[in-house]
Amino acid sequence: MSGVERIPILKIGDVLLASIQVDLQDRDVLALQEDLAEKISATGAHGVVLDISAVDIVDSFIGRMFATIAATSRLFDAHTVVVGMRPAVAITLVELGLTLGEVRTALDLEKGLAILAGLAGDRAAR
Amino acid sequence: MTGPGREDIPIAADDDVVRIRQVVRSYAQRARLSLVDQTKLVTATSELARNTLTYGGGGSAVVEMLGEGRRQGVRASFADSGPGIPDIELALTDGWTSGRGMGLGLSGARRLVDEFTLDTEVGRGTTVTVVKWSR
Amino acid sequence: MTIGTGRSDNLAELLRASGEVLTRRWVELAAEPLRGRLSVAELERELADLYAAILAGLDTGDRDPNSDAFAEVRALLSEMSRRRARAGFTPSETAVGVFTLKRAMFELLDQAEIAGGLAEVVAFSLLLDAFGLWTFETFAKAREEVIDEQAEQLLELTTPVVKLWDGVLAVPLVGTLDSARTQVVMEKLLESLVTTGAAHAIIDITGVLAVDTQVAQHLLKTVMAARLMGAECTISGIRPHIAQTIVGLGIEFGDITTKASLADALRHALRRAGVDLVAGDRRG
Repeated sequence: MSGVERIPILKIGDVLLASIQVDLQDRDVLALQEDLAEKISATGAHGVVLDISAVDIVDSFIGRMFATIAATSRLFDAHTVVVGMRPAVAITLVELGLTLGEVRTALDLEKGLAILAGLAGDRAAR
Repeated sequence: MTGPGREDIPIAADDDVVRIRQVVRSYAQRARLSLVDQTKLVTATSELARNTLTYGGGGSAVVEMLGEGRRQGVRASFADSGPGIPDIELALTDGWTSGRGMGLGLSGARRLVDEFTLDTEVGRGTTVTVVKWSR
Repeated sequence: MTIGTGRSDNLAELLRASGEVLTRRWVELAAEPLRGRLSVAELERELADLYAAILAGLDTGDRDPNSDAFAEVRALLSEMSRRRARAGFTPSETAVGVFTLKRAMFELLDQAEIAGGLAEVVAFSLLLDAFGLWTFETFAKAREEVIDEQAEQLLELTTPVVKLWDGVLAVPLVGTLDSARTQVVMEKLLESLVTTGAAHAIIDITGVLAVDTQVAQHLLKTVMAARLMGAECTISGIRPHIAQTIVGLGIEFGDITTKASLADALRHALRRAGVDLVAGDRRG
């Protein structure tokens, strides 16, 4: 039995970036949720980017993680963007009937960061 | 086309769910399912394997290659000897859940495959079988 | 290890001893009906490989065409039939590659005596017949594959994804949409979003004659999938009777953006992309 796979979380400016490169076990998913919540609260980051361009399946459990991370980050006044979802994964999620709630999505990291920068601008204006 | 035509995988822990995804993926590739169909089947089996683990208290999966004329397919069965499902209709309703997940496990998995059979008896256990065919 | 029956060694021995003569004659006979459409060198190589595999199979003493002893022969024949099918040869032109070995062997037997006698020759002859049939079967399979591929290519051709502007893609759909075609379009469009990085897509159905429930559902799902990927998808050119169908089928288009024409959809996409359209100042 392998241990929990910790997804590394990078901090780029005001944004936390978690790039998922492994086939996620349910406990890895839960660990990432916890790690991100702690990191957001510790750093005061205004945004979270989940890069899933290497992920070839997203089931309802992983999908719920996105929604949970987004909801948690809202409590710290931060937004979550999921980037790089593959077409086959997106088609499957639609068929599965999964909606991602407050999660925003972008085609790639660059566009994801641009969305967060826009939202941060709104925050500064408030 | 090489490789086994059938594989039995026990479902006792989290990483068995990941293993089932990988086995199903390789079968789906060998059956020449399109990338989208592979993804649908793997996602469906991930849901079902997790159900077996969470609600059935563990069990086993059988993954098989199917050939019917020029059509090829993959069949995956998930069996447990857990409590069974008292209300099948309710269990197949979107949004209904008695555990983790979004309550899309059974109903969602059914939409992702070509054939879906559910065999359950309260107190005896549940077996779910799904099939996906190449186009 | 299988032990030869002793008698069978004789035919195998004869075939081995006269290998060179036999294969030369075999190539000659096999090349004739192909009339130069395949180079002799290529044919020589194919048949030499096949001959070696047949000999190796015979050495085991096995005479069952479906046994493991002839697995290599069957594999070589499948490959050969597949190549012939793709190159546009007929099934007989393909099978002749096997049957001519029989003729070459009979010619050789005219001049030689083998200890196994008639029984051995008949057994070998039946074996070659089975191999001949095997080429027919793999040939047919390969042809079907070719047809499938062509059908798919045709589908690809009829549904191009075009770039209208930086970051704006469009698929103009024309004709009758069936479920399979819609699905192909949907996947192709989503793939194009990834490869081009375009955040806007327009599905234009001006040229579509009719939609059914399934097709309408596929269109909807495409838009939703694009949204999950982080792109916006607009449907344009819905004809009045198609609009009525959609409403009649009770399909909810919900918050999906629809535009009357492709031009409207492009204007919408550009505005969303932050491009300002200004009427030109025409002078002189």
